[in-house]
Amino acid sequence: MKQDFKLTKKKLLGKVPALKLLKRMLLIRRLEETLGKLFADSEVKGFVHLSIGQEAVPVGICANLGDDDYITSTHRGHGHLIGKGGDPKRTMAELFGKIEGYCKGRGGSMHVADFELGVLGANGIVGAGTLLAVGSGFSAKYLKNDRVTACFFGDGASNQGMFHEAANLAAVWRLPVIFVCENNGWAEFSPQSSHQAIKNVADRAAAYGMPGVTIDGDDIEAVHAAAADVVDWVRDGRGPVLLECMTHRWQGHYAGDPQPYRDQDELAAVTQHCPIERFKKMLIKRKTINSDEFEAVATEVELEINEAVEFGRQGTDPDPRDFMSYIYAN
Amino acid sequence: MSMGFNTIAGAINQAIAEEMRRDETVVLIGEDVASGIFGVTAGLIEEFGKERICDTPISENAIVGCAVGAAMTGMRPIVEIMFQDFLTCCMDPIVNQAAKMNYMSGGAFSVPMVVRSPGGAGIAAGPQHSQTFASWFMGVPGLKVVSPSTPADAKGLLKSAIRDNNPVIFLENKLLYFEGGELPDGPNITIPLGQADVKREGTDVTVVAVSGMVPRAVRIADELSDEGISIEVIDPRTLYPLDTKTILASVSKTGRLVTAEEGVLTCGLGAEIAALVSEQACDCLDGPIVRVGTPHVSYAYNQAMEWATIPDEQDILVAVKKAMGCE
Ligand SMILES: Cc1ncc(C[n+]2csc(CCOP(=O)(O)OP(=O)(O)O)c2C)c(N)n1
Repeated sequence: MKQDFKLTKKKLLGKVPALKLLKRMLLIRRLEETLGKLFADSEVKGFVHLSIGQEAVPVGICANLGDDDYITSTHRGHGHLIGKGGDPKRTMAELFGKIEGYCKGRGGSMHVADFELGVLGANGIVGAGTLLAVGSGFSAKYLKNDRVTACFFGDGASNQGMFHEAANLAAVWRLPVIFVCENNGWAEFSPQSSHQAIKNVADRAAAYGMPGVTIDGDDIEAVHAAAADVVDWVRDGRGPVLLECMTHRWQGHYAGDPQPYRDQDELAAVTQHCPIERFKKMLIKRKTINSDEFEAVATEVELEINEAVEFGRQGTDPDPRDFMSYIYAN
Repeated sequence: MSMGFNTIAGAINQAIAEEMRRDETVVLIGEDVASGIFGVTAGLIEEFGKERICDTPISENAIVGCAVGAAMTGMRPIVEIMFQDFLTCCMDPIVNQAAKMNYMSGGAFSVPMVVRSPGGAGIAAGPQHSQTFASWFMGVPGLKVVSPSTPADAKGLLKSAIRDNNPVIFLENKLLYFEGGELPDGPNITIPLGQADVKREGTDVTVVAVSGMVPRAVRIADELSDEGISIEVIDPRTLYPLDTKTILASVSKTGRLVTAEEGVLTCGLGAEIAALVSEQACDCLDGPIVRVGTPHVSYAYNQAMEWATIPDEQDILVAVKKAMGCE
């Protein structure tokens, strides 16, 4: 019998899970702030896309996934990886191009992946992850291993044919895929209003016969609660869901982007949505935690990121002459 | 002819602007072309407005597909695909639609469209933002393929490409964008497609180099001339149709051939030219044909590894020596 998908009420989180979420968000925040600096100092190269301000989405979603579940990611992928439990050390090492990095220095920022954690990789091709997600959904269904896939993609990516084909296929095959749209209102230098005629990407879900909901993606408790409902639904074999998380891109499209195209007032206002500040304030107000407990987590994170930077910096450079390895699997 | 000075990025910008002034059916379509990735199309929006400088959603298939349909119905669209790696996202409209349209329709429909796209490694952009796909398109009947190496060539060839009645794949190189060079003034200076340019005259070895490899080959030619070795550097500029006459004439003169491209060697430009020369000028050869290019691999993010992969001046030098039989 067909049943409608509905979000249940937000559950208030207790101290331990709340601090866990805070810590993951802070890890992403500090890691990326540090990356921004390292990029400005030319210690880290290439294209680096920061997800500062968007931390609640991957953290809230991934908190509902197991290590066996899969995620697919985007060019803005550090947060997804860390959200899924990724190691800041190996992330940093990758950005320094070292052997100890997630991709042994071959991939860099846009390709960080973690086989053990089911992170099927950040992706340099906008939209491509949505198709990979259909594939991991297919394998999970076929192999009956009960795994779900959370597929992260942007508002911009939802205009790729790849997304539409993925959504349709996942729906007709009732695959265990959660399409998580991180709607930050921008695709590179283009505001959402200039690249799609709708406000909510979730509206597209109906066209494929899957539920679609839009939530405040900067409210970690909202994301966490919605993700719990969606993961249950999807794991239950009821087919894919499109969960749109409204969020904000605080920084340029890439590290170093001067953003001449952006309205200064809009830009100045983004920090008021800070998912970390909001959650922290709420938790303190509710007396779930006190500010000392928050500071303790922040200090822990600070240390962990400093360690990760040193780990990355001191890593082993691959032998440049070894460039032919890994092109084929053994 | 009066001469100015500009970069390749500036030259491309000028070519687009001049052709848009000349012909109002010319439009530019692509992702963030109004802002201009790498600055190439920056500022055009001010003169031509949103009707003609069309920012699109991230939909490469739709961008090129739309351009093909528009070209079939009276327009001359210029499309920008931000990185050559993303050309894979719009291969059907390029290969099955644009390239075959004139043939399939018995000449009823032509597709006067240009697809511009930058390629090339060297900026730590990783495996999905660094490739050069020139030789793929050389094997598609119906397409013309252009790949300039100087500002003057970029401008003159792009103008010809826009005026051409066939789909032209116009392959640019990111690292060359900001290389400066002389640029003749005047809105009607074009360079015909299908004509190679001899960038350096020489008598001992012919080096056919393309895109980013041209300045590298020229520097090696300069270096070797001090040693008394005379290198002829030929830039085909158009890869299809290829100016075989100029290449064959040069090899007949020098008796030795090196090819240099940035793309993967397998089925590459060098393979094509080597086959051409062995079929048509085999008896002129005094030594082995040597190809320079990327081995059968992608480009790593790690910069030392990336640069070890990219063919460079040293590789050209070694190839020239090998072609001369002095290893
Ligand atoms: C196929 C493809 N086209 C274009 C690009 C260039 N590009 C990289 S990110 C981006 C914008 C993506 O916007 P969105 O999906 O909203 O994600 P956000 O950057 O906002 O996180 C573009 C156009 C690309 N990497 N791949």
